[in-house]
Amino acid sequence: MSLMTTLARMEAVAAGRAQPAATVRHRHLSARPMALVPLTTAGEAGAPLGALVGTDRDAPRLLVVPQPRDRDLRFAFLAGLADAVLPYLEGYADGVETEERKETDPETGKKVPVEVELCADAPQLLVPGAGGVEFVRLLGRSMRFRRTAEQDPQAPYPAPPHVPLLGRWLTHCAERARVPGSSMLLSMTDLLARHWATGQSGLEDQHLGALLAWIDPPVGESGADAALRVELERFPDAASSGEQAGLLRHPPSGPATDPVFDNRLLAPAMARFDAARSAVERRDAERRIRELVASQLEPAWQLLWRGVDLLRKLPEGGHVADRWKRDRWSYTGHRDRVRAGEPPQPKRDDAVTAAQKLASRETAQARLEAQEALDDPLVMAARRLAGEAFAGEVTEVVMARSEGRRPMPRPLVTVRTDDRPHVNDGVRVFRVLGDKVQSAEFVAYEPDGIVLRLTGGMGQGKEPKPGSVPEEGDRLCWTLFEHAPRGGPALPDPEATPWTHGGPPPEGTLVADAPDPPTDEDLL
Amino acid sequence: MNGSFEPEDAALDPGTAAARATEAILHSTLHGTERGVVVDSPPGAGKSTLVVRAARELAAAGRPLMVVAQTNAQVDDLVDRLATADPDLPVGRLHSSEANPYDTVLDRHPSVRTSAKAADLAGLDVVISTAAKWAYVSNVEPWQHAIVDEAYQMRSDALLAVAGLFERALFVGDPGQLDPFSVVGAEQWAGLSHDPSASAVSTLLAHNPELPQHRLPVSWRLPASAAPLVSDAFYPFTPFRSGTGPGDRRLAFAVASDGSAPDRVLDEAAEAGWGLLELPARNTPRTDPEAVRAVAAVVRRLLDRGTTAASERSEEPVPVTADRIAVGTAHRDQAAAVRTALAELGVPGVAVDTANRLQGREFDVTVVLHPLSGRPDASAFHLETGRLCVLASRHRHACIVVCRAGVAELLDEHPSTEPVQLGATVKFPDGWEAMFSTWEFWSRHRVPWQP
Repeated sequence: MSLMTTLARMEAVAAGRAQPAATVRHRHLSARPMALVPLTTAGEAGAPLGALVGTDRDAPRLLVVPQPRDRDLRFAFLAGLADAVLPYLEGYADGVETEERKETDPETGKKVPVEVELCADAPQLLVPGAGGVEFVRLLGRSMRFRRTAEQDPQAPYPAPPHVPLLGRWLTHCAERARVPGSSMLLSMTDLLARHWATGQSGLEDQHLGALLAWIDPPVGESGADAALRVELERFPDAASSGEQAGLLRHPPSGPATDPVFDNRLLAPAMARFDAARSAVERRDAERRIRELVASQLEPAWQLLWRGVDLLRKLPEGGHVADRWKRDRWSYTGHRDRVRAGEPPQPKRDDAVTAAQKLASRETAQARLEAQEALDDPLVMAARRLAGEAFAGEVTEVVMARSEGRRPMPRPLVTVRTDDRPHVNDGVRVFRVLGDKVQSAEFVAYEPDGIVLRLTGGMGQGKEPKPGSVPEEGDRLCWTLFEHAPRGGPALPDPEATPWTHGGPPPEGTLVADAPDPPTDEDLL
Repeated sequence: MNGSFEPEDAALDPGTAAARATEAILHSTLHGTERGVVVDSPPGAGKSTLVVRAARELAAAGRPLMVVAQTNAQVDDLVDRLATADPDLPVGRLHSSEANPYDTVLDRHPSVRTSAKAADLAGLDVVISTAAKWAYVSNVEPWQHAIVDEAYQMRSDALLAVAGLFERALFVGDPGQLDPFSVVGAEQWAGLSHDPSASAVSTLLAHNPELPQHRLPVSWRLPASAAPLVSDAFYPFTPFRSGTGPGDRRLAFAVASDGSAPDRVLDEAAEAGWGLLELPARNTPRTDPEAVRAVAAVVRRLLDRGTTAASERSEEPVPVTADRIAVGTAHRDQAAAVRTALAELGVPGVAVDTANRLQGREFDVTVVLHPLSGRPDASAFHLETGRLCVLASRHRHACIVVCRAGVAELLDEHPSTEPVQLGATVKFPDGWEAMFSTWEFWSRHRVPWQP
């Protein structure tokens, strides 16, 4: 935790409500996001209990599994989920624009510009918390290798149509969510915690109700009190609250449920469903379970949309569209893989894919950190406090030139600053200059400031381009980090995996992963 | 631990034991049938000497060689050593195309050719560069042999990018130092044999468990007072010993102690090889001003008291000058704060850096700001064994640890809680255990600080 965040949290404690941690919104927020609030069955990893899903906050679709241990009912739920989610996810596939991209021509080996399609917009899934993202990943993993009767007439338990396809899309969203700064699948608690600092711990911030209580407390109540109440308050004894006695007044936002709810209400209702002998009994029992699950889902649904409202009030950061474009590329790429009939994502990444993903995420992380600081003075202030940037006034500019056959302008600029950056010999610094970046190197500390030598951004001529050299009195902000970090070197093709990493994968394993073989432990 | 460490005869004198290990390594490298050889080297065990010797012998055997190191400083150091040891050996230094890409010291060696293009260096006996630069080399004939230096600091994905460039390789490194890290989460690959965030050696051995593994048994850097502690705490399964005996290394002061805490801890360190300057327990920001001042005061007194060091290297005691002293910290802002404090006391020339940047370097006396000093919690970062191991193994004579009281209580309140990952090799020693055993040992050399 940076010193700035610590300070903001202490201020939040003192003020009794959350403090802004950003002045702009650092993540893309779709005009029409799809909210998904899933619940899981206690003690049964990957067995969904129910979900509220939809793009219209006033008309969510309720999906419930009356008996999560029943494979057919679970499939019915997944089919319903596919029905609700797939049209949304695939709805952005056809609105395209064209982009020019450099690709290596296989015949000449030269880079040639080609026109490629890029989807003009992409879907966005919102879940209440980090657990929701994990659950989407788990759902994707459990669905994408299923076979439908159409794909494989011999499959013992064929999945309903579209279920494997939904699995592939959810896997894609969950994998994309691991890329720093991506916005295809976002957790509301992470989103809010990025933009506000509360007076509680990061772990406590994962409770959506408590987090919103800090950010937007009820009138007349402090954020701290409201958060504590939301977290702990239970209905009093049976005399005054009937069957809700002992339940949390504000149920958790999933995917895990309140154990008291499970034990007192859900378990007996499921037992009734299991014991039902007639269609009528069964229907009544199912209706009861639907009501119960809805009662736990609806508060989270409302909280999630309240979070959306709060975030919409923040103006979007300058580089958010740039990062969203990368999400659109990833969406387009997955669309193309699905259309080309490629198999689902493998269970495990091979050595080359894993290394590529890690490298691209590290680049994305560096890019995100730089862009957030450039977009938001509050974030830049934290970087300045950490010695990774400094701002100040130019007190002197002395023209100088490089040595060599063709002397280039290398002006010396003195910047007076109260910041204490970690600069020493050879450190390069950067600043925004129009839509470009100007680089400089540290020369010396002088009594009236830090002396820098400009090394770029002045054009190729003998004289610097007009406006490219700062003047006395200008206020500048220099960063020690690069503004547009580059990616790493190319890696070998998976077929050329070297001996140190196990050599090329055996024939066929690159293409498709067989479904897990059934084992004795597979009881369901 | 898997592997085939040759048993070491404790009865042998250190010089003979080390020489035998080196012979076995060179034999495996030059005449072995396996594609790789792994050498584990504790701190100061002559790893660089081994690399230089292996490079010369491979070159002499007519096998063109590429050497992969991790940082530009390591590469420059290796080239300099190699060219000094064998002025006739044609050596290429492949460097980046940025400004000042290599140390100008290399220009003194006529046998060293430098270039940013691998093609310019084709045909030279030895070509040396960083892993990052090698990763951009393509369309070349693979080298018959490679030496990968500091292989435990190299990440698996970095090895993946360069492994296509060579047929066989000698991997040399210190398993006790800092593991490579990633700024983003890599849990999804934990337990995979090719986890890209793991060290190059763990991936290599996971896929090639039959490769011969050797180790260097003697630390020439660490004094007899330090080797047992560092070996027990950080290398419990691959012990090593000091190349020197008790009393071979001595610190003396021209000026007697003035009774202050810094002077008393210096006296303790001169006597025992270790000193713990303990500040009163308190939760502080990372750049704890009091602890930083204490570190600076110890360094100032070390210089003011005319410290001299006697060792096997010279008959006469040698003055311990600023360039023979280092201050090690866990974080960069702590290092910056110590630098400022030293500047205020008028002490120039002392190396002040984080553990990451002190790796591979050697000093007479080190002053260490303990990673857990003043902390309210013990995170995985601060418990990492490698960090403490690097900080506690840079010195030839003595090491002074500066810390807030209460480390034992802090450790008791923070047992390791990292999630267990299926298939991932459990790393020994556990950071918690290493923290505790070193702390217990240092407590015996405690001097309380009265501010």
